[in-house]
Amino acid sequence: MNIHEYHARQLLGQYGVALPPGDVCDTPEGARGIAAKLLAEGADLIAVKSQIQAGGRGKGTFKSGYQGGVKLCKTAEDVAEKAKAMLGNVLVTKQTGPEGRLVSKLLVVAAPNIQKELYLAVLLDRASSRPVVMASTEGGMDIEEVAARTPEKILKETVDPAVGLMPYQARKVAAALGLKGELIGLTAKLLLGVYKTWWECDATLVEINPLCVIRTREGKESMLAVDAKLSLDDNSLFRHPKLQAMRDLAEEAPLEIEASKFNLNYIKLDGSIACLVNGAGLAMATMDIIQHFGGRPANFLDVGGGASQEQVAAAFKIILQDPNVKGILVNIFGGIMDCDVIATGIVAAVKETGLKLPLVVRLEGNNVDAGNKTLADSGLALIRGGSMADAAQKVVNAVAGR
Amino acid sequence: MSILVTPQTRVLVQGITGSFGARHTQLSLAYGTQIVAGVTPGKGGQRFEDKIPIFDTVAQAMHETGATASAIFVPPAFAADAILEGVDASLDLVVCITEGIPVNDMVKVKRAMEGKGTRLIGPNCPGIVTPGAGKDSHGGCRIGIAPGYIHKPGHIGVVSRSGTLTYEAVWQLTCRGVGQSTCVGIGGDPVNGTSHLDVIKLFNADPDTQGIIMIGEIGGSAEEEAAAWIKRNCRKPVAGFIAGATAPPGRRMGHAGAIVSGGKGTAAAKIAAFKEAGIGVAPTPSEMAETLLKMMPR
Repeated sequence: MNIHEYHARQLLGQYGVALPPGDVCDTPEGARGIAAKLLAEGADLIAVKSQIQAGGRGKGTFKSGYQGGVKLCKTAEDVAEKAKAMLGNVLVTKQTGPEGRLVSKLLVVAAPNIQKELYLAVLLDRASSRPVVMASTEGGMDIEEVAARTPEKILKETVDPAVGLMPYQARKVAAALGLKGELIGLTAKLLLGVYKTWWECDATLVEINPLCVIRTREGKESMLAVDAKLSLDDNSLFRHPKLQAMRDLAEEAPLEIEASKFNLNYIKLDGSIACLVNGAGLAMATMDIIQHFGGRPANFLDVGGGASQEQVAAAFKIILQDPNVKGILVNIFGGIMDCDVIATGIVAAVKETGLKLPLVVRLEGNNVDAGNKTLADSGLALIRGGSMADAAQKVVNAVAGR
Repeated sequence: MSILVTPQTRVLVQGITGSFGARHTQLSLAYGTQIVAGVTPGKGGQRFEDKIPIFDTVAQAMHETGATASAIFVPPAFAADAILEGVDASLDLVVCITEGIPVNDMVKVKRAMEGKGTRLIGPNCPGIVTPGAGKDSHGGCRIGIAPGYIHKPGHIGVVSRSGTLTYEAVWQLTCRGVGQSTCVGIGGDPVNGTSHLDVIKLFNADPDTQGIIMIGEIGGSAEEEAAAWIKRNCRKPVAGFIAGATAPPGRRMGHAGAIVSGGKGTAAAKIAAFKEAGIGVAPTPSEMAETLLKMMPR
């Protein structure tokens, strides 16, 4: 689960990470109020940031035609004006897809005097099964590009989970980033806070990009986490009720929310052949084989190992709400699950939804003969698939009108 | 022979009285597996289906019944504790079926298991099957949730991160009259006890395994590591399939570990590593058995 930047700031702040002062709001008046307060406290520049869970906000375009989801302002009046242009409008960035995301909240913060931009993240290193700190002098850029072009500019510090990130490791990272003097201690404190946030919130990723060397009004150098991204481990949410409350359903696809109510694992894609499969690996493989034979999968859908008749019916209804779907492939390997239960569910769902699209069903495994008989006796015009390849070819051909 | 377990392996079940654990204990018993004990704290002294003794702790169950392996079916919040109880009792093998364990719990478990003699398979896995000699492979060792009857005793080793895709591969083999030495589901989580490479090494050393099917999926780099080792050391034919070529980046495809992040863990990179190592790549998941059988010496 991803959370908004303003929520990430709340969590990081609790763990002692230095952040630019500011607050979140949902009206232009609210934005004006926060800005006036920050200006009174001595800020000379204010950043207004659209709160959507996608990157590329600064270079994004609103559907209204307004350019930029992040703006810098000098007066509270200007902040209110910019806020009015952003709130309630849909922002399209390179990461949102053409549908974009509705901006309903803005983060209004003091924009610091930035001397240098760095990169900092804590994540899981799968190869060692340990947490790892990643840092780079190339802040403010797309870290994937940095990793691809200049991998030597990314430094990694692996953490022993038995003791956690030690202060010496944090100082080592600070020194490796080329920081000196007081900035070593400030960066170490900030990094220890970021690690603590990662560990105690059960995050999968905490990313500070950019981590900035700034010049304070007194003319001293200091460190600030200027932007923050935080993703949480879905499996751990049961023990974090406060973090669960940070879920923003507006950021999720409606069909995926609907599917999750039935314990179905559904991810919408943009092809025309829907699939309904049991098991995540087989579901991915089914998408792959559709593409192999020239079709394009409309979704990933795992009904799980022990799907009930109700789940199959719900799965059909969800699939059919996608207007791009021109055909359906059901691929079930009933290991323990009874193929006849699935067959009965399919027949009921097809009748209930009045399905007109081509439907290819491939059943294999436990009680498959009874399942096949149920399908045959139903009188429905469905197409039977033998192997996975046979079923995939048949659905691709049916959708192509062959 | 086989790897990890034989039809004689004595197995205990942690979480035997839960509905999921009970159901699959019944199926394992019906398959002929030596399930000798159950563990549910507070229910020590009772019996599962009037037969299998239940104990309060793993250590008691081992001491009384001689069990050397365990199947874990406890809910995610208690799974890390259950695994480490098995490790503390010095079980040879712990197979954790539970799906949905917090990643950081597994990070801690993995750290605590360093230097210990217990091997962990999973979590979030279908488990292990060493097929038996009876009808529909009856009499084998089934630890976990795989359907027993699809197996056939023989000489192909199967290792996979996915349950149903393992069944698909096993069924393709069995339908062609080709049996399996052992089938291992290592699980779909980002942190697991046993990797592809660990299992490949066991298959390579097992005189009874003559060929290997390795099934991977997007996310991480475990398949690449196994491929690099296979290229240098493996003396047996290996064929495989990588699921998720069509998965969008940044999305978790059902399994917690099945995600392409930061341009890493793509199907294309894994397939390239397989080809580079001389591993036969099945063009579709329908041809996993076929691809291996073409590579086997006649």
